[in-house]
Amino acid sequence: MNKIAKPVMSTGKGTHQAAFDEWQQNYHALIGEDKPVRNRSGIKVEPLYWPSDDPDGAYNGKLGFPGADPMTRGIYPTMHRGRTWSQRQLIGLGRPVDFNGRIKKILASGASALSIIPCNSVYRGIDCDEVEPEILGTCGTIINTEEDMDICLADIPIDEISIGLNDPSPFTMLAQMLVVAEKRGIDWKKVTGTSNQSDYISHFVANHMFYRLSLQGARRVQLDTAAYLAEHVPNWNAFSIVGQHMQQAGATPAQAMGLTLSTAIQYAEDCKARGMDPEKFLERFTFFFDISISFFEEVAKFRAGRRIWNRLVSDRFGVTNPRAKRFKFHAQTSGCDLTRQQPLNNIARVTIQAMAGILGGLQSMHTDGYDEVLSTPTEDSAKVAVSTQNILKHEAHLCDVIDPLGGSYYVESLTDAMEVEILNVIAEIDAEGGMFKAVESGFVQEMIGASALEFQDQVDSGEQIVVGVNAFKEDEDASARPFLKRPSQVHMKQQVEQLKKIKAARDPALLNNALQELRQAARSEDINVFAAEIDAVRAGATLGEIVKVLRDELGFGQPLVVA
Amino acid sequence: MNDVLLAPARVLVTKIGLDGHDRGSRIIAAYLRDAGMEVIYTNPWQAIDAVVALALEEDVDVIGISSLATDHLLVPKLMVALDAAGLGHVRVVVGGIVPDEDEANLLAAGVSKVFHPGAVREDIVTEVERLAIAASNERPLD
Repeated sequence: MNKIAKPVMSTGKGTHQAAFDEWQQNYHALIGEDKPVRNRSGIKVEPLYWPSDDPDGAYNGKLGFPGADPMTRGIYPTMHRGRTWSQRQLIGLGRPVDFNGRIKKILASGASALSIIPCNSVYRGIDCDEVEPEILGTCGTIINTEEDMDICLADIPIDEISIGLNDPSPFTMLAQMLVVAEKRGIDWKKVTGTSNQSDYISHFVANHMFYRLSLQGARRVQLDTAAYLAEHVPNWNAFSIVGQHMQQAGATPAQAMGLTLSTAIQYAEDCKARGMDPEKFLERFTFFFDISISFFEEVAKFRAGRRIWNRLVSDRFGVTNPRAKRFKFHAQTSGCDLTRQQPLNNIARVTIQAMAGILGGLQSMHTDGYDEVLSTPTEDSAKVAVSTQNILKHEAHLCDVIDPLGGSYYVESLTDAMEVEILNVIAEIDAEGGMFKAVESGFVQEMIGASALEFQDQVDSGEQIVVGVNAFKEDEDASARPFLKRPSQVHMKQQVEQLKKIKAARDPALLNNALQELRQAARSEDINVFAAEIDAVRAGATLGEIVKVLRDELGFGQPLVVA
Repeated sequence: MNDVLLAPARVLVTKIGLDGHDRGSRIIAAYLRDAGMEVIYTNPWQAIDAVVALALEEDVDVIGISSLATDHLLVPKLMVALDAAGLGHVRVVVGGIVPDEDEANLLAAGVSKVFHPGAVREDIVTEVERLAIAASNERPLD
């Protein structure tokens, strides 16, 4: 990409004047009031820089203007200069009422979307009355019933805020939230958000905590849910394809991107096989990635991923809908890079990771608390994490220019090299018969495991320096480490009692009938399981009851562990 | 008393409770295997009874519990169950995200060692080997 590596002011006549003019028109149409931006030296900062000198004409084919194919520089004409990313901090702790109190504070401090993390017992699909009390509510909020969800979302305008549910298959939290919305008289068509943990393949491969139903069973529920939502909750993203789990489990950034795209291909093929229209369903695909501290590599990963997706959507699926070609992604700073030693250093690490994500063009972000390696984040560290985003946005002015690293000799060359690596991974998975088969056989698990060991070897040997861990070590005062207080056991007992009361107050005939219908739906190929699930929630069924029925019928999710 | 093992150390590497993050436990399993130990590895979410049964069946010297969430809070129950099953000689180590306050409680409950993020490969291997020798010396005679 050396040919385009000399960014000059965008005002000159060049090879791509027509394409530039088109972008500029789109930009002005979308941006609203475009306040001139000046830096501290008084220099006017343009929203975009591009090469007017491009004798080979390579620029448009490889990079293009923001919002135009192949979208390497961004999926919208305005990118962060128009709308910055959503600050979607993951929050979950204790009882629903604790979550509600904390999320209101987070929203007041500048977060623009909310995300709910349930207790690990919810991820495992069991109600709180079946969990060892010591670990209840220590990592997330207990949400077993529609009543719990109603308390979590008290005073939160469900139809005005984008909601992320960390809600693996069979999507009980979504069913509960839709019933809450229904009772509040909210039109489901106004409900927006994402099922952040819909990617059952990534759970089978890399993050087993979310893995509830067998592979085949999860596939069935996924497709039923997607079809149901397309019809009834059209602004909900049923598919969030999660590269984050695989990178956290040890995949390299290029592998994580390649495996994620292969997973997206698998889901798209599955939807097509069910008769859904890719022109429509592909525009609701969103992605979720990890941002490691390997700064330039991460920027290049996102730029390359965007370009590959843009081309893949038309080449593989013949789709022309420009919205489907947009590679929309949420990203989370990587907890794996954080250290227990000298934990305040993690603030610097998170800042660098966040910068890579922002400069990589993300749409939504979670920044980790610096103490995540010590315990569930404290309220103070969560505040620092949100402030980090605000500082990068408002003080460091990272949003002033679209794709500001575009045109760098290094970044363009690295983007090309990452693209080659990512395409190689996709080709490997294609050769295995697609992602579903490649995870069934353990091929992907072995790939990730080998990369995890290789990286650990580099840390062990000192080839990869980690400050405070294998270099620059210091004696530390352990008592200075922050530590989050666990939820009170009294509160947890109350929560369990509350569940028992709610269970006792239900109409047993209505409940049993709804659970029987759910069982029938799971057995039949023709009845939508998710529709039956919503009916079960309406009849008062709990998370544990719903998951149990579906596990009975569709199989318990045992991951394939390759050690 | 032996200060070396006559047969390779037998180590059960597992996860109890609710969490499923296993990058750490897989790496530890590979470390110990590469060091010549016999490693028994399981899926996550093992019940305490299942861990005890497996420890008995596989005649292990050391049990390694990986905890990335808060599942280590169940380890004191595991210690009691091991004792009750006549496996008081088996050494238990915990690795992962363990706050200092919890570490003190685990050690008081009889856990031999807690490894934190950043623990060095050599130290882990040496310590597990040492604990396996100690366990082996205390193993009741059949």
